[in-house]
Amino acid sequence: MALPGTTGSAGTSGPAGARGRMPAWVWKLRLPRQPMIRHLVLAVAGGAVLFGITSAVGSYDDYQVAQIGFTAVAIAGLSLLTGANGQISLGQGAFIMVGAYGAGMVLVHTGLPVFVALIVGVAVSAAAGVVIGLPASRLRGPYLAGMTLALAIGLPALPLKYSSTFAGEQGLSINPLQPPGTVDPQRWLAWYVLLAVLIMLVLMGNLMRSRFGRAFKAVRDDEVAAALSGISVMRTHVLAFAVSAGAAGLAGGLRGLATGGVVPDAFSVALSISLLAGMVLGGTGSLLGAWWGAAILVYAPQWATSVANSLHLRQGQGSNLALLFYGVVLVVVVLLVPSGVQGALRKLAGWLAQFAGQPSQLAGVSTGTVVHKGEEGP
Amino acid sequence: MQRFVDLTLNGVTYGMIYAVFALAIVLIWRATRIVNFAQGAQAMVTTYIAATLVEHQANYWLAVVVALASGLVIGGVIERVIVRPVEKGPVLNPVIVTLGTLVALEALAGIIWGGGLRSFPAYFSQIGVVVGKHRLAFSHFDIYVLVAIVSVMVLLVLLFRFTPLGLRMRASAFAPEVARLLGVRVGRMLTLGWALAGVVGALAGVLVAPKLLLSPNFMDAVFIYGFTAAVIGGLDSPLGAVVGGLATGLALSYVGGYLGSTLEALGALAMLMVVLMLRPQGVFTRVTSREV
Repeated sequence: MALPGTTGSAGTSGPAGARGRMPAWVWKLRLPRQPMIRHLVLAVAGGAVLFGITSAVGSYDDYQVAQIGFTAVAIAGLSLLTGANGQISLGQGAFIMVGAYGAGMVLVHTGLPVFVALIVGVAVSAAAGVVIGLPASRLRGPYLAGMTLALAIGLPALPLKYSSTFAGEQGLSINPLQPPGTVDPQRWLAWYVLLAVLIMLVLMGNLMRSRFGRAFKAVRDDEVAAALSGISVMRTHVLAFAVSAGAAGLAGGLRGLATGGVVPDAFSVALSISLLAGMVLGGTGSLLGAWWGAAILVYAPQWATSVANSLHLRQGQGSNLALLFYGVVLVVVVLLVPSGVQGALRKLAGWLAQFAGQPSQLAGVSTGTVVHKGEEGP
Repeated sequence: MQRFVDLTLNGVTYGMIYAVFALAIVLIWRATRIVNFAQGAQAMVTTYIAATLVEHQANYWLAVVVALASGLVIGGVIERVIVRPVEKGPVLNPVIVTLGTLVALEALAGIIWGGGLRSFPAYFSQIGVVVGKHRLAFSHFDIYVLVAIVSVMVLLVLLFRFTPLGLRMRASAFAPEVARLLGVRVGRMLTLGWALAGVVGALAGVLVAPKLLLSPNFMDAVFIYGFTAAVIGGLDSPLGAVVGGLATGLALSYVGGYLGSTLEALGALAMLMVVLMLRPQGVFTRVTSREV
């Protein structure tokens, strides 16, 4: 949520000096060119702002910041898959589940530190991504969507079937993190989650700017041309699937830590589709957009519940209203604003820059395009 | 042996339901090259409408007719209002838009009818027929299901093969530009195709509902099985959809019977993965080269 704010400092000064000249230093404000360093700078700046937010707000809001964090990394994974590689997955919820069980089993059965459990969760989930990605690499659009939908519907049955291993319907219960000293547990959780998520996002951002990221996009744009240039289409598809699943796995492990348990019910088809809604809403293909999408996904159920109360709907209709909202969002955004929040911001920044009489270089800098230019359509 | 026979019979009945649902998916795919992910949700809504009528003492047949009619309307409206603007764009847009429709319809159903489980009446007895000494897993209701589905399939074949309307629909799906030049209202034909698919899906809904329990997402699994069936058949072939439906029904019945019913959806996933690995174009279609 706060990330674009930090990087948008030049953009936000736009409205103030709309017609007049901007102070000269604004135009000199530029991020380092080297992707690795730029991503680190962005992550540290974003982390600092989020750190500030978590220190300022109460315990409950800290918990929500943690929720936004792990939701954002799951959406970012999906966004990388769909935006950069052009594959669609409705199985992101299932991969979150794999990561949650992977990390949860390590935490429950061994005394290993939490970060090791999280890494195991990522690894297991990425491996599952390879298994699903292999047949998926031969599929296009609707076929892939249907197969991953089958995954999302089918997988939650597995812990119920093998309930002795996976603790069945009750699920695994996971001990909360132990904060050092007098730090509030929720605040510590938020910090822990944000650190893990930012590390993952920096890695993903670097990947996108590497040989592999370019291969993703080449395959997305034209498979035949990519293959002629010596890129293995299948390997690229599988890699994108594995990275996306790995990000979901991290989200799963962190979710388990935050909620104190892993239950099969939590990983429904609705979760997968809501992540898709978050991605489309934030802006497909944009890692920064994932934060917008995540914030909306975390706050939407609350707004929906209060709307449901004010409409005097039956008890428990808040979740349905939130789902209705996601559904309408998916339709409306694709029909009307295909580039999502991040794309709209980028356009706004470009427009402001033009208005102030400066060339469009600001557009790229002010909204901090971490990954690449947004897609026209998902 | 008895168990195997029962599972087979059960598989045939479910298979026919998946087949007719797959047919709805194929109808839309042939017309617009889109998989309608909201197909199951549309059928869920029409089934809820029928259930509400039956609960208000309406005649079963009236309820079924109303369900089919509302399937027609919902299918047509969704094509015209939501899908038409994305029909020409990137491949993923229709997927996302129909998924959004799916979620929105399920949420609306939850708000209108509540999230709890409901039963739907079977007009005929659901107790198995006795043959010799054995009570088979095959009831009068199952016979009704088979008769209803086969007659709908025959009607569809008659429509597409032997009526001018069917010819126009096939022409719009096969060569939209030429059809338009020859005076066919292609847009209307597409809407009609979606509406027809809505009717077929609605039929699948009222036929499968007595076997399952009604809830806002009760058609999710049926959609996936129908999709599996359609993919096995190659998404393009109505005959393939029927054969794929029977294959899916039988396979999932054995999976459910011998391994546990919770694994049926994973079984469908496994079938999809195997078919798509070995023959991504499906079993019933000719190989086409990919466009550059």
